[in-house]
Amino acid sequence: MTTKTVESLREKHDLILTYWISQREMADDFGGNFNSSDDLKAQSSELLEIVLKTITPENITDPYSPDLQPLFDYISGLTISRAKQGFSPRETATYIFSLKDALLRALGEIITDDTQELYRTTLEVSKFVDNIGITSFETFIKGREEVILSQADEMAELSTPVIKVWDGIIAMPIIGTLDSARTQVVMENLLQGIVDSESSIAILDISGVPAVDSLVAQHLIKTVNAIRLLGADCVISGIRPEIAQTVVHLGIDLSKMVTKATLASALKYSLTTLQLEVRRVQKDKSN
Amino acid sequence: MGKFLLVTIQVDLYDRLALTLEEDLIQMVHKTGARGVLIDISALSIVDSFMGKIIGNIAAMSSILDAETVVVGMQPAVAITLIELGLPLPGVYTALNVERGMALLTARMPDETEDEDVDDD
Repeated sequence: MTTKTVESLREKHDLILTYWISQREMADDFGGNFNSSDDLKAQSSELLEIVLKTITPENITDPYSPDLQPLFDYISGLTISRAKQGFSPRETATYIFSLKDALLRALGEIITDDTQELYRTTLEVSKFVDNIGITSFETFIKGREEVILSQADEMAELSTPVIKVWDGIIAMPIIGTLDSARTQVVMENLLQGIVDSESSIAILDISGVPAVDSLVAQHLIKTVNAIRLLGADCVISGIRPEIAQTVVHLGIDLSKMVTKATLASALKYSLTTLQLEVRRVQKDKSN
Repeated sequence: MGKFLLVTIQVDLYDRLALTLEEDLIQMVHKTGARGVLIDISALSIVDSFMGKIIGNIAAMSSILDAETVVVGMQPAVAITLIELGLPLPGVYTALNVERGMALLTARMPDETEDEDVDDD
């Protein structure tokens, strides 16, 4: 692409914009997401302005040129704002790719005499716009991944609450699969809970754990040992029949731990250990 | 503290200091005829495998000298580290704080705390 062509393109800003808008309006997937075509026009004008300002004969063939950074930043911002408005990635991508058609149409009007030059420039512009489209898509995916990561963090936090069930007894229900990262969170929260509440018994309820494999059992054993090091006892409760079966079939030795079938029996055991008892209040019937 | 020795570790132990502690402690157990050793490590925030081994050693040596070792006030981070290092400190009693450690030691030797003249078997 020659400098002259770039300048001609810049001069034709308004014309390209008109082509672009009219094409968007004709397209089938022109949804009602914009309140009016004025919004579309304003946004497109801004984007086109930046594209034309950034584009030079040198950087058009170099997608990693540092000159392009402002353009990429703008595209990222645009993608995020469009995603928030409820556009699908397909809509955003077609929106950006339709710029290519408008640019190419304008190019056809600028370069009228040299077909070789027109062909070359067309290829370059096409690649350039593709690159913008890819940036937009990357931003979209990056945004998604951030959301997924933050949700995973939130889930890890939410699913490991430490509950004080009695003076000196705390319980922690575990829901979902135990992996290494999760066990770390469970262990830290539980140990901190024991220290904070000065509890001497911790009940680990695994009724919400779908499956126990040797790794999960290993994690459980570690947790129980760590609790013992702090000077507290640990009771594992909520062991379902299938889990008992798997544990025995895998040959995992849980005999050194106190295990109970239900949280209720674990609580009863804990109360007995603390030399407490629950009694029904006897009403005096003679009165 | 009566029949029990109380050791409070206030600084982060480095290897030489830990060895000195081991030696001094065993000497004291022997000299005083203590029946229990309480090691308060609540101020200890970093442990390594060597430190874990020293604690294990102290417990083993004390038990030869007929004294129980109780480690009290371990930080959660320290406990996790020891477990990850594969040192669950077998044979060492643990308690949440000094008070409970003392109660544990007292409970473990009821015949000693009561009148000594009575039991003679």
